[in-house]
Amino acid sequence: MTDPGTPGLETFAAAEVADLATADDSALQQRKPRSLWGDAWAQLRRKPMFYVSSVIILLVVLMAFFPGLFTSRPADFNDLNHQSEPPSADAWFGYSFQGYDIWARAMHGARATLIVGLLATVLTVLIGSLMGIIAGFYGRLTDSFISRFGDIFAGLPFILGAIVILTTLNPPGTTPSEARIVIQVVVSIAVLSWPVSMRIMRSATIVARQLDYVKAARALGASTRRIIFRHMLPNTVAPVLVYATIALGAFIAAEATLAYLGIGIRPPVVSWGVMINDGKDYVQTSPHELLFPAGLVTITVLAFVMLGDAVRDALDPKSR
Amino acid sequence: MAEAILEVRDLVKHFPVRVGVLFKRTIGQVKAVDGVSFDLYKGETLGVVGESGCGKSTLAQVLMRLEPPTAGTARFEGRDMFALKGAELRKLRRDIQIVLQDPYTSLNPRMTVGDIIGEPFEIHPEVAPKGSREGKVRELLDLVGLNPEHINRYPHQFSGGQRQRIGIARALALRPKVIVCDEPVSALDVSIQAQVMNLLGELQRDLGLSYVFIAHDLSVVRHLSDRVAVMYLGKVVEIGTEDEIYRQPSHPYTQALLSAVPVPDPQLRGRREVIRLAGDVPSPVNPPSGCRFRTRCWKAQDVCAEHEPELITRVAGHPSACHFAEAQVVVP
Amino acid sequence: MSPEDPLAGSSIEAVYDGEQGEFVAERKTGPLLEVEDLRVEFRTRDGVASVLNGVSYYVEAGETLAVLGESGSGKSVTAQTIMGILDVPPAVVLGGEVRFHGENLLAARPSRRMEVRGDGIAMIFQDALSALNPVFTVGFQIEEQLRVRRGMSRAEARKRAIELLDLVKIPNAKGRVKSYPHEFSGGMRQRAMIAMSLALDPELLIADEPTTALDVTVQAQIMDLLRDIQRERDMGLILITHDLGVVAEVADRIAVMYAGRIVEQADVFALFREPRHPYTEALLASLPRLDLKGQELTAIKGLPPSLARIPSGCPFHPRCARARDVCTKDVPEFRRLPGDRFSACHFAEELVRHG
Repeated sequence: MTDPGTPGLETFAAAEVADLATADDSALQQRKPRSLWGDAWAQLRRKPMFYVSSVIILLVVLMAFFPGLFTSRPADFNDLNHQSEPPSADAWFGYSFQGYDIWARAMHGARATLIVGLLATVLTVLIGSLMGIIAGFYGRLTDSFISRFGDIFAGLPFILGAIVILTTLNPPGTTPSEARIVIQVVVSIAVLSWPVSMRIMRSATIVARQLDYVKAARALGASTRRIIFRHMLPNTVAPVLVYATIALGAFIAAEATLAYLGIGIRPPVVSWGVMINDGKDYVQTSPHELLFPAGLVTITVLAFVMLGDAVRDALDPKSR
Repeated sequence: MAEAILEVRDLVKHFPVRVGVLFKRTIGQVKAVDGVSFDLYKGETLGVVGESGCGKSTLAQVLMRLEPPTAGTARFEGRDMFALKGAELRKLRRDIQIVLQDPYTSLNPRMTVGDIIGEPFEIHPEVAPKGSREGKVRELLDLVGLNPEHINRYPHQFSGGQRQRIGIARALALRPKVIVCDEPVSALDVSIQAQVMNLLGELQRDLGLSYVFIAHDLSVVRHLSDRVAVMYLGKVVEIGTEDEIYRQPSHPYTQALLSAVPVPDPQLRGRREVIRLAGDVPSPVNPPSGCRFRTRCWKAQDVCAEHEPELITRVAGHPSACHFAEAQVVVP
Repeated sequence: MSPEDPLAGSSIEAVYDGEQGEFVAERKTGPLLEVEDLRVEFRTRDGVASVLNGVSYYVEAGETLAVLGESGSGKSVTAQTIMGILDVPPAVVLGGEVRFHGENLLAARPSRRMEVRGDGIAMIFQDALSALNPVFTVGFQIEEQLRVRRGMSRAEARKRAIELLDLVKIPNAKGRVKSYPHEFSGGMRQRAMIAMSLALDPELLIADEPTTALDVTVQAQIMDLLRDIQRERDMGLILITHDLGVVAEVADRIAVMYAGRIVEQADVFALFREPRHPYTEALLASLPRLDLKGQELTAIKGLPPSLARIPSGCPFHPRCARARDVCTKDVPEFRRLPGDRFSACHFAEELVRHG
């Protein structure tokens, strides 16, 4: 083919084959027309990793919103008679030093953990995408400013920044309500993480802006709004989506870290991070107090990362 | 003599080279198009040829108002194209459209073919009332030789040549008067090129279109063009009818270009004028003084560095920008 | 073979015997490279594509064979199979032989294939920017071969690298040996790639669309260069291209490929004067020519076939103006015709070109 932009050697033959696989113009092609999203979905369904991660995530979501399905005990169930008992038939994860049923607490704690993760991701992606599109589309000075602005935030170390923000909002000694602390944690995470999604969206936008079909739309007289929403957004959303799934996992871990440090979610609100914080002092004597919530966090984060991997592979046009 | 539908005078497009972190300094200019003038007459095809870096693609972008010009004017049917704004500009867009080179990136992969061809009607609702749009899209598909039943398919289900036809259908939707074709067949297989070229020729005859046909393949350009402009480093170095340019080229660059084009006839071996240029094309940031071609020209003399030759008629009845223009038969 | 060679086409060559001080006749040992009945499949998610369906051709030393075909014809895959750089999987070599000096490379050990690569057979590609490693200087990439394969010292290798860059007419070779690929212009990069391929003095060079991405004036320079180099070294050259103009100017023989098969093979003059396959004939009729104006272009209707669903019988029949019943059922044999040419068409004898 007379395409000067032909990719490297290893895709020569593949490109020949791939192109010819669609060249059939005959009426025999009865297959229902499939969009790129449809194609991606079909690809996704083929991966075992997708199913495994989806199952885990589904379970976690159920735990978060319907803890009653998993345990009959309330979150603050307490029985000091069983203090620090290892796992048994009565309490699958055992009891903590304070007498909490770790399994029950974990089931209830899933909610705060998941909500923080979800909201933080949504906020980060929204802020980042918006800034990214503006920077990528308008370029020049606007881009310079937004990028440098983002660099400042990216330069802040996450833990340090979070400590500063959260201790300022909640000076030591205060006890914020559940809603308040959740929102504060979400906002802190988003504020410190948006540059990443901004950069992803920005580079995707810059690439999309150069694409011929965007030029063609401009040549037709399309308005800026149409170009962004009809032409650029659908094609730039993919990398951000992949990032979002992985970020969700990362933000859940971040919540755990902040709770561990005592500046994030804290009692009486319960989350897995809080449980890890509570359990850290008893690692030597009753390790199950720490291991189970930590294990839950790890498995959940892994599930999201796996999902992100699968989604990225499915959306990658080269693997088609 | 037909009237000029497009008049371009002294068109200049420079791209600034910027460095800097926050506030960028301009340290130079890429002189992509540096003073181009030509007329396009109604119903004709003006071929614009040149190699990479000559500015022909930039010319297309500026004519389509995808990039603002640095200087110069372009008149469409007498009206100043670059002065139009808002609603007037939108109306202009209906009259002058573009067909792009790469069939794989010129169509939005997430839109159906029907949406792609129908989009012009959405942007310009006054052209077709809502109900009639699908009908018009089907008509357009038929016009370019595609099956109207495929209206709900996606671009990736079509071959390169078919995608190019879709791009042509999209350009035709608003019934433009001028179409700028930017390398429309370069990315297609040889056996498909002829199909698309024939299509472009038919459409021109049937719909009375005028084309600015930009390409690097001189054989393709010869086949479709009535007149041809040869570009080098942002300037037109020679312009004339197809017959004049191919049979009596007078500018050394044109001659070298024609001599380098392979002709599918082995009997011509050893019988063709062999002109080989030395060296590389100079950078458009720093074009040579005087005549830009002098660094690779075998006729170069002192005067070539001092005075830039104007594009005026010297020999063989057509304009050529060379102090020593001399018509020579290069094409066998 | 050039028309002046009286022994052309025969299996005898005149060899100068230094001891005796005269020319003696020797039996040639066969072509430099011979591909026989190569069959390759690509097993992809969407099905199995029959990319090569019995490809056979040969090249002699000092000869230029042009392999002409469009995308999907299999011309690049054949070259990659010869070089042993095919992606296996998804490719699967089903059968056939690739004989270099009589030795079947497909049956050879991987270490033997690596020996042959660069030394016996070298390859240059369309896009020098992706074929050259961007993080190493051009000099390094040439010298590496010399040091590893020829055991040269650093200094010797450097000297030779500069000589090679000079050979391909890169100005200021001594300075440019330390440049990175992206610092060269397109034409210069291509020359650098050619220099790299010649480092180990290969007997056969495979050029896969070497000038497609270049401007026409640069293309002419590069083709001149390849021709000069080939003549000097008596090197075999397989030129893979879709450009009939380039083929007419430089090729000795042409093999036309379509849908993974060779459909016609002939010497260049005969092919252009009298094509004996409808595809070749149609291709020639569909080309816009620099020296002709206003002739009607007869486009070939339809599209190249999908390699996953090759039409029955002759793969060209859906697009062929001369197709008849037998064409849809029987695969035409690649058979010899008078004049030392071959064609895979049931009606090859009937084709007579007008004008």
